[in-house]
Amino acid sequence: MSTQMAGTKSNSQMIKVRTTLVTIVMVLLAIISLLPIYILVVNATRDTFDISKQGISLLPGLNLFDNIKTLMTWSEEGKVQYDAFIGYRNSAVIAFSTTLLTVLFSAMTAYGIVVYDFRFKNAAYTIILAVMMIPVQVTSVGFYQFMSKLGLTDSYLPLILPAIAAPSVVFFMRQYMKSSFPLEIVEAARIDGCGEYRTFFTIGIPMMKPAIAVQAIFAFVANWNNYYTPSMILISREKTQLTLPMMVNTIISNDKLADFGANYSAIMLSIIPVVIVYFIFSKFIVEGVALGGVKE
Amino acid sequence: MDISSSRKIRSISYAKYGYLFILPFFVVYAFFQVYPLFNTFYLSTQKSTTETGSVVLENVGLDNFRAILFGEGKSTDDAGNVIYKETRQAGAIKKDFFRVMGNTLILWFGNFIPQIIISLLLAAWFTDAYLKVKGKGFFKIVMYMPNIITAASVAALFVMLFSDSQLGAINSMIHNAGGETVPFVSGKDQSRVLIMIIQTWMWFGNTTIMLMSGIMGINPSLFEAANIDGASPNQQFFLITIPLLKPIMLYTMVTSMIGGLQMFDIPYLYNVGTSQNPFTETIAVFIYNHFHNIKPNYGYSASSSVVLFVITALLGSICFAVNRDKDNTPKAKRGAKALKNKLGGL
Repeated sequence: MSTQMAGTKSNSQMIKVRTTLVTIVMVLLAIISLLPIYILVVNATRDTFDISKQGISLLPGLNLFDNIKTLMTWSEEGKVQYDAFIGYRNSAVIAFSTTLLTVLFSAMTAYGIVVYDFRFKNAAYTIILAVMMIPVQVTSVGFYQFMSKLGLTDSYLPLILPAIAAPSVVFFMRQYMKSSFPLEIVEAARIDGCGEYRTFFTIGIPMMKPAIAVQAIFAFVANWNNYYTPSMILISREKTQLTLPMMVNTIISNDKLADFGANYSAIMLSIIPVVIVYFIFSKFIVEGVALGGVKE
Repeated sequence: MDISSSRKIRSISYAKYGYLFILPFFVVYAFFQVYPLFNTFYLSTQKSTTETGSVVLENVGLDNFRAILFGEGKSTDDAGNVIYKETRQAGAIKKDFFRVMGNTLILWFGNFIPQIIISLLLAAWFTDAYLKVKGKGFFKIVMYMPNIITAASVAALFVMLFSDSQLGAINSMIHNAGGETVPFVSGKDQSRVLIMIIQTWMWFGNTTIMLMSGIMGINPSLFEAANIDGASPNQQFFLITIPLLKPIMLYTMVTSMIGGLQMFDIPYLYNVGTSQNPFTETIAVFIYNHFHNIKPNYGYSASSSVVLFVITALLGSICFAVNRDKDNTPKAKRGAKALKNKLGGL
């Protein structure tokens, strides 16, 4: 009896020690995760003189607005292809329209596959599963050459329209519908004389809301962050067309500009929207990743 | 009640809606993905030359593949027959191709190994019911955050911080302390290690969550039984968690590899100015730079893409096999239910 007691006691002590050690490691990793972003924000508020004296500081400065003003002056003088307002507008146009198209048409495709019986239903789904893994880089030569032939470079169409076909989102939505969408409800709607499209929009979509919400968040973040496709299609690099990540890069690769504070603030401005989206929806994002909701 | 006949009636009268609902997806997919894929295959057999601003294509069969894979170019022997032998131009492109494939593998490996180690440990800790770590939810959210930050901006940030000159943030500190500046962006090993660190930083949270959902799929009674039998946490980790996680670890590894083959943003943007560092140039960057050019070389670009496609297809079929049976598993159902509960209020 006494040995058993001693056993449990040392056991609970061991758990305490382990908990402490694990907590320490987690705190360290959390700091590592946040540190670069923190340094970015701090440096965006410091002036160049300060930064060149001491590259990294944990204390913010008072220069944020001057840094942003410098950026705006550069833009006015045509020194850089960076204009935060235009960048926000362009990135938002692309990110919002692609998100809308992706979730709407993916929900529709998943609904079509789950609700209806038709001959090529399984074939269609197998194709979607199979193409899910094809990386965009593999088709990009063919895509780019095709778009140049059609004269669609420097157009937003090749950036937005392909969002209608998002295999991994269809996959996720079909999984979701399979496990939580009662087909009887469609049947009931039919008996009540509800048309198929109306059923989809008034019953299907509301019932798929959770899946749609998660995928909309992912689609928005992924499209906001996308550098590859816009940089491939927008070949003229016109300031009025560039997305924010592209603008950031024009500043960094221009080594004639030596205002570090302005550079840091340019980077910071580019990530604010995704950070805000993340902190509003972080719980759903983490949940969504756990469900295999994102591939990339 | 005759269920089968009522099903039949439904399938006859509503099948057309099934097609209508999936039609937009397949039309768009065919136009923007399938055709470009075939176009890539076609371009891999072409040689492109730029004359007065327009690109002219010429059929060269499999010459591009001969060049990038074997370094052989077309020439004629004394009798005037066409032969293939090693040429300087083809040899150079082969060398480039193998260099970028090597870079891609090194960079992938160097970020996957630390990532999987950290993520396995974290996933085991996050799911360990006996550890009373406070704020698990907070830690998860913070550790996942680097993954959603714009990769292009991350690259820009690290260029600012690690710039080679003594004006770079880190180098200025080294310089102030009296040390020699380090070529973090252009040096062979330094730039590679930095990219590995950036990739690990961006992806460990994601991998942790994927592995966690795998661990939570393991029957908890196994851990309870092991506990009663007096197995230590280490024993439980190595004898239960790891073996039962094998399928999901395989899945994670293969998806990470496919992702690694596509690595573009960071290696393309983590550079001095606009010059590409040859030690961190990946296959995706190589493909891009060959077609995204005033004088595009579609042939080399497309043939490399085809090689990349074959590799990805092989890897993908592994994933496909693992993924396929996920369909109606209790885990998927439970997950969907949890999601529904959490988001029910939306």
